[in-house]
Amino acid sequence: MAITHEGPAPAARPPSTSSIWNDARFRGNVAQVVVVVVVALALGAMVWNAQENLSNQRIASGFGFLDQTAGFGLNQTLIPYSESSSYGRALLVAILNTLLVAVVGIVFATILGFLVGVGRLSKNWMVRKVCTVYVEVTRNLPLLFHILFWYLAVLAAMPAARNSYSIFGEVFLNNRGVYIPRIVFGEGSLVGFVALGIAIVGAIALNRWSTARREKTGQQFPVFWTSVAMLVALPLIGFALVGFPLTIETPVLRGFNFVGGSRLLPEFAALVVALSIYTGGFIAEIVRAGIKAVSHGQSEAAASLGLKPSLSTRLVVIPQAMRVMIPPLTSQYLNLTKNSSLAAFIGYPELVQVFAGTTLNQTGQAIEIIAITMGCYLVISLVTSLFMNWYNRRVALIER
Amino acid sequence: MSDVAIGHGQPFVRKEILQPEPPPASLVGFSGWARQNLFVGPANTLLSLFCLALATYVAWIMLDFLVLRAVWTGANREACIGPEVGACWPFITTRFGQMLYGFYPAEEHWRPATVFFVAVALIAPLLTPSAPYKKANALLFFVAFPIFAFVMLSGGFFGLRPVETRAWGGLLVTLVVATTGIVASLPLGVLLALGRRSKLPVVRFFAIAFIEFWRGVPLITVLFFATYMLPLFLPSGWSIDGLLRALVGVSLFSAAYMAEVVRGGLQAIPKGQYEGAMAMGLRYWPMMILIVLPQALKLVIPGIVNTFIGLFKDTTLVAIISIFDFLGIIRSAFADPNWATPGTVYTGFAFAGIVYFIFCYGMSRYSRFVEERLDVGHKH
Repeated sequence: MAITHEGPAPAARPPSTSSIWNDARFRGNVAQVVVVVVVALALGAMVWNAQENLSNQRIASGFGFLDQTAGFGLNQTLIPYSESSSYGRALLVAILNTLLVAVVGIVFATILGFLVGVGRLSKNWMVRKVCTVYVEVTRNLPLLFHILFWYLAVLAAMPAARNSYSIFGEVFLNNRGVYIPRIVFGEGSLVGFVALGIAIVGAIALNRWSTARREKTGQQFPVFWTSVAMLVALPLIGFALVGFPLTIETPVLRGFNFVGGSRLLPEFAALVVALSIYTGGFIAEIVRAGIKAVSHGQSEAAASLGLKPSLSTRLVVIPQAMRVMIPPLTSQYLNLTKNSSLAAFIGYPELVQVFAGTTLNQTGQAIEIIAITMGCYLVISLVTSLFMNWYNRRVALIER
Repeated sequence: MSDVAIGHGQPFVRKEILQPEPPPASLVGFSGWARQNLFVGPANTLLSLFCLALATYVAWIMLDFLVLRAVWTGANREACIGPEVGACWPFITTRFGQMLYGFYPAEEHWRPATVFFVAVALIAPLLTPSAPYKKANALLFFVAFPIFAFVMLSGGFFGLRPVETRAWGGLLVTLVVATTGIVASLPLGVLLALGRRSKLPVVRFFAIAFIEFWRGVPLITVLFFATYMLPLFLPSGWSIDGLLRALVGVSLFSAAYMAEVVRGGLQAIPKGQYEGAMAMGLRYWPMMILIVLPQALKLVIPGIVNTFIGLFKDTTLVAIISIFDFLGIIRSAFADPNWATPGTVYTGFAFAGIVYFIFCYGMSRYSRFVEERLDVGHKH
């Protein structure tokens, strides 16, 4: 169908005496019409059947249920939510929980993946072997295995609150989750945040100015250290002006449980650890392939220009490796986001668990609910890949 | 050389060739290797020692738990209770049949076992590059074997007792889902890939929409879709089996991924091959089937195997719609009060991990082997 189209336009041909069936364009059009008709018939039959079935089973349709009261509680909410909130609100909470796991997981998986990927290229035999074993073991076990292992075998085996493992008396690990200190911002903290905002804007402006000056005059400016100083000093001054309204709330054991601080659900902890370790193995391979794709001549040329190894890695090798790494890295980030749906197995309140699980059970409106759930993931995937494509275009090699 | 005569008016002449000096002791043998690879500078040495300690620690814990302190025989949890007890292997051995076949009736176990053996007998020569009769073999595996497996497993023909799919479980379900996924998704994926590269805009649009939709959603929502939504789209009165629904979902899902793998192969075929085929007067389908696809599919065998590994790992997700695959059966066994000991969970995970690792690692080694084999003279 496809290739036979090439050639001179039919209008230019001499009138043919052979059958119209020998005309490639005509056959192509017939094929397209057939495809459209078949798809339309299939969709029509599905819609027809769905209406029939819904009216037979007396299932309501439409999206009106989103405004009804959900009536179930959720044990992790980033925005205010109660049992009297609507299903729509529950959906929002669930999406935020999914995004939280995805973002935290992506950060840790990237750090882990880069460390292990660089470790696999290390000159040190021991480091290389340990990293290889890590990659092989994590990649060759199902993700669900990782998640269940961390949830059932590691976190469930943690001691009760009274015998918690403690890290410097600040972080506590027990079978109810992970307790971490929380910073409480008192009155007047706004000044500090404004100062932080000014520092961030200032750092960006400084970077632009120094780049412009360097390109014009060739003079260097210590942007990094100046920015760090600015980012630390300005908020400190800001908070000092209002008398440090910050308190750090450490979790304290009271009775059988901890009070104060922030609590991470064991489900959340297991999910983040498992997703990071699993995806980290894949990212490590991408990093390794990316670095190996930069030809050795590049680092040799950098060395002959007088760059020391750390600078040549940072300025020559990594930027070029990033070009190779970004497309597969994007698909790993998307995979991690989609894989966060496995939380449904351990009961972390994310999109699938809350919506395709609890809400579907309560309302029975399978078509709408599964369509919304799939739609949410599609939008997340689309936005992520649009962003990464934009970034990819920015760093892509501009050829002559 | 002390007897070299100096002062006799004769210049110095070396009489024999000196034997090369042995390399310095710091460069040879294990110690030399270790010095160059493990102990270069203090930071490197520290790193090596840390990794060595970590590796030894993990290896020791596993050996100690899985072998040294393990319990090998016993009838119930009594055997595995005690402070010094490691892995509880009787927990696995008493449930071994269940882990392989789920709740498949014990007197019919020979049927899935036969299917396993036939599958191995067909796959082994298919994967061996030097084995003859590839075409007949592929035809047997992709067409005849699914029918044979279906008849044998579900019964109802030739006097075989029907066995409901609800009774299937364990490794049987894992392999059924994975194999169906690959057998169904390969032809579908090829069609989708051709559609995506088609010059007909409507065909291309539908192919892209299908592929991107399934690749954009998680498998778990696909399984929910197949379980709760698919029955609503069928004429009322039709009911499809729970396992079949999951198989439909998994096949559509993996077809989208397979399509992208095949597309990579199609893109790697030089344009000259298409042009050559057209110059010979071949139309679209003969050109694709005789010239392009055989080359393209051969190129992407590693990609296909990798997709299969992913599919094999993803079969664990069918547990969400109450189908008990291998991991699901092991997880449900944790709830058995007869075997509730502190070590049971770890034993179950260790066993599941070993089995999954053997399957997936074996497949990934195979994909690497094919990759290396294809690397010779096939660079474009």
